[in-house]
Amino acid sequence: MLLFLEQTLNGLQLGVMLFLMASGLTLIAGIMSFINLAHGSFYMIGAFVAASVAQATGSFMLGLAVALPATAILAMVLESGALNRLYDRDHLDQVLATFGLILFFNELVKIVWGAQPFYLNTPDWLSGSVEIISGVPYPAYRLALIVTGLAVALFLYLLIQRSRLGMLIRAGASNREMVGALGVNIKLLYTLVFGLGALLAALAGVMAGPIYAVQIGMGESILILTFVVVVVGGIGSIRGAFAGALLIGLVDTMGRAYLPDMLRLALPPATADNLGASLASMSIYILMAVILALRPRGLFPAHG
Amino acid sequence: MKRQFLGFSAAAAVALASTAAAMAEPVKIGMVTTLSGGGSGLGIDVRDGFQLAVDQEGGTLGGHEIELIVSDDAREPDRARQAADRMVERDGVDIMTGLIWSNLAIAVVPRVVREDVIYISANAGPSILAGRNCHENYFNVAWQNDNLHEAAGQFVKDEGHDNVYMLAPNYPAGTDALEGFKRFYDGGIAGEVYTALGQQDYAAELAALRNAEPDAVYIFLPGGMGISFIRQYEQAGLNEIIPLFGPAFSFSQDILGAAGEAALGVRNASQWSKDLENPANAAFVEDFIAAYDRLPSLYASQGYDTARLIASALEATGGNAADRDALREALRAADFDSVRGAFRFGNNQHPIQDIYMREVVLEDGVVTNKVIGTAFEDHVDAYAQDCRM
Amino acid sequence: MADRKLIRLLPPLLFAVALALLPVLAEAAGRGYLIGVSTNVLIFAIAASSLNLILGYGGMVSLGHAAFFGSGAYVVGILAHHAMWGAPLMVWPFHIGGTESAFIAWPLAILVSALLALVIGAISLRTSGLYFIMITLAFAQMLFFFFIALNEYGGEDGMSLWNRSHAGPLDLNDNTQFFYLVLAFTLALLFLKHRLVNSRFGVVLTGIRDNPRRMRALGYPVRRYQLAAFTLAGAVAGLAGALIANQTEFVSPTFLHWTRSGEILIMVVLGGMGTLFGPLLGAAAFLLLEETLADLTEHWMIIFGPLLLLVVLFARGGLWSLVERLRAALGGGGERR
Repeated sequence: MLLFLEQTLNGLQLGVMLFLMASGLTLIAGIMSFINLAHGSFYMIGAFVAASVAQATGSFMLGLAVALPATAILAMVLESGALNRLYDRDHLDQVLATFGLILFFNELVKIVWGAQPFYLNTPDWLSGSVEIISGVPYPAYRLALIVTGLAVALFLYLLIQRSRLGMLIRAGASNREMVGALGVNIKLLYTLVFGLGALLAALAGVMAGPIYAVQIGMGESILILTFVVVVVGGIGSIRGAFAGALLIGLVDTMGRAYLPDMLRLALPPATADNLGASLASMSIYILMAVILALRPRGLFPAHG
Repeated sequence: MKRQFLGFSAAAAVALASTAAAMAEPVKIGMVTTLSGGGSGLGIDVRDGFQLAVDQEGGTLGGHEIELIVSDDAREPDRARQAADRMVERDGVDIMTGLIWSNLAIAVVPRVVREDVIYISANAGPSILAGRNCHENYFNVAWQNDNLHEAAGQFVKDEGHDNVYMLAPNYPAGTDALEGFKRFYDGGIAGEVYTALGQQDYAAELAALRNAEPDAVYIFLPGGMGISFIRQYEQAGLNEIIPLFGPAFSFSQDILGAAGEAALGVRNASQWSKDLENPANAAFVEDFIAAYDRLPSLYASQGYDTARLIASALEATGGNAADRDALREALRAADFDSVRGAFRFGNNQHPIQDIYMREVVLEDGVVTNKVIGTAFEDHVDAYAQDCRM
Repeated sequence: MADRKLIRLLPPLLFAVALALLPVLAEAAGRGYLIGVSTNVLIFAIAASSLNLILGYGGMVSLGHAAFFGSGAYVVGILAHHAMWGAPLMVWPFHIGGTESAFIAWPLAILVSALLALVIGAISLRTSGLYFIMITLAFAQMLFFFFIALNEYGGEDGMSLWNRSHAGPLDLNDNTQFFYLVLAFTLALLFLKHRLVNSRFGVVLTGIRDNPRRMRALGYPVRRYQLAAFTLAGAVAGLAGALIANQTEFVSPTFLHWTRSGEILIMVVLGGMGTLFGPLLGAAAFLLLEETLADLTEHWMIIFGPLLLLVVLFARGGLWSLVERLRAALGGGGERR
């Protein structure tokens, strides 16, 4: 039972991590109707910038403070320089162009930082573990991740539902011309939203740094998961992204934790281990296919 | 009298051959390795180690001109296959090397050796190429894939552990790794878990691991997977209660830079370490640091040894690579000073070598490996007996 | 009238003749390896053409096309594996052994891929837009992990074939003969595609691409047409997969990875969607560019990546549109009027 609780926490933690990535992606997809495969590159760049600042200064927080605006600015320059021309193109063009960007950024990072994986330490005050439930020591850093993710979710909710910017974002998503007619600089609005998305991706990357390896290509593995989340939740819906992220995080974690053991009840151990591991890898894709087959526009369709 | 005569004629033949070779074309060596994308650190190390040996000789190997052709496979089997075809058919290479990954080796090596090109593996050593399908044109300078796991199994057993938890990715090299470990470790097994290849998050596995209460943990998680696991193992506080073991792949110098102090105290099996005391190794480590401004890894040492082996063979054959029989003969002799100390080939042309245990330590502020003992002496791989050569 | 037709047919004919002469020229120039490179290009051209049918003419953006390509390759690989080691593929309810015969293995590869496409298409076509992109990706990933789970067939490592398929009097292990066979397939498929696109089926399909609602209102069973196209595309991709397994003498799960789907997609767009020769041009440009750049510098992706971006931004319609423009400039413009 304690183990199950701990696995639930693990699933939750993976979920909020995915939410950080998915929220930015779904905003950009929903509002600008833009499919950004390079979202994973922002995740990677955020992690690399934070790691090198942290290594130079010894401060994780300083790394975080530099990486977020740096990535956001890079993204906004890229957006206003090239990507905003792609907003009214079809998804296919966007996929191709941003696929090219992935290749470019991977190579750029390799030239700047070298091919070997990098290092980002947990801040001292978050190392060690906490016993939130007695008998289950849980890494403090992972708890901090959960808290950060939930805080971002709350912030986004307030931003979109309660602020003027959020109102414009919502209006812009459903009717571009009208917002433009109101005298709002829609181009600037788009650039800001794009920057915000990249900033969230960078935040995810920095937060992931101390747990995972900071390395080239780290963006791609999470990118696919993120798209699964966005699509399961419904494109453009922050609420959907949140629900989808938690669902995917939990299914993935529980699958890895329990599928092999469950299969061992019926199959010889070697087969069960192998099959269990494969089924666990497939589980989220199966989940997505089932959800889309039943609800072709995801769990929380944003509009229409 | 007869012997003397023979000796004389052999010397004369060598002298003749080398004057002929001085005017002959350079020996062409093709290297297909991973230089871009994930895992490119390994390929770059192999290439740099190889290049170092060439540079030390001022652009030659064994005193003979060589032409090194390098191509990136981006870790994709069919790209590796194409690059190899190009080198064999267009460039007419005599010798090939460089592949890092077993799955790429399985795709490329059978075709290359069939075309009568010598392939010398500087890293991958899949069992299929060591046993049933061994080939006179295929040499492996590094190891058979299972070697380091077998050594770790022996060591963990010798340490008196009898309830081990094991983790590896769900792919052939992963299952082979744990099989290799169990070939020499025969104690209790607390758990045997296969994870997804490329997995980054091990929270679920670590929770189950803690719950199983093993007295030792053995992991085979190469590359970024290892970095993630080591860090998360430390963050969960497990490194203080359960000792962690692995093969050198998870704790080589390129990984330690990123894993940091979380890896301290971990013990791993390796056929090489930068603190092994022999003149060849001292020169290699010093020159490598001077040339590339970083510590050499296991992979760099293998690339370097590959080049040194080729150098010894070219010296013996007078730079004549076209006579494949003589070249194979010279390679088989392995008459070079390996940076790992004693080195010779077995019947399947895989190394017979000592395997050491290392511990990850902090040395002048740098996280690195230190030799703490020997797990095997003159270890022969388990598939050699299946090779009819 | 006959003149006009001749002029129109001349470029493809010249093109076919040039391709047919390629092995002879390559051997003469001592560049025999070019035969293998060209075979590879043609096989990917077949794969890209099959995707073009649903993407260019049908407007369905599938990011899972490599699933059919890879499955076709695996059918050939698995059958050859069983033939090699003599172990039966199945003992119950029927006894089925492996085979290296192209006449059995290749049609089977096509059939298996077509069936997969039928099932995947039937579910995926309930969605559209980005959802369709992602659900096709999801199915491809499932198959990717499925083949990784097959330990007997090498799992993640994949497996080597020891021979190319046997095809009657042809010796496919001979690169030149294999090239001509692949070339024959390519030309035949291009011709069939040309006929198909201009048939009633093709017209309805492009109609659905341009305005599905209107076509539905006109009483066409839209989804059935889409599914038929999707299945057909899967079948042809399966053939391409069977050919690539023979070309590389190797099969591996990377054949089904989503980046492979992405590459095939790029070939189509790079060459020109919804055109007959576009995918061929795209496959050639993509593979040759990749190879040339990789030879040039290990940092080739830093050139290749932005190049893709530039093509999308400035060369809409792909490379084939440049050819068309060139043709128009050279006086073929009369055709348009």
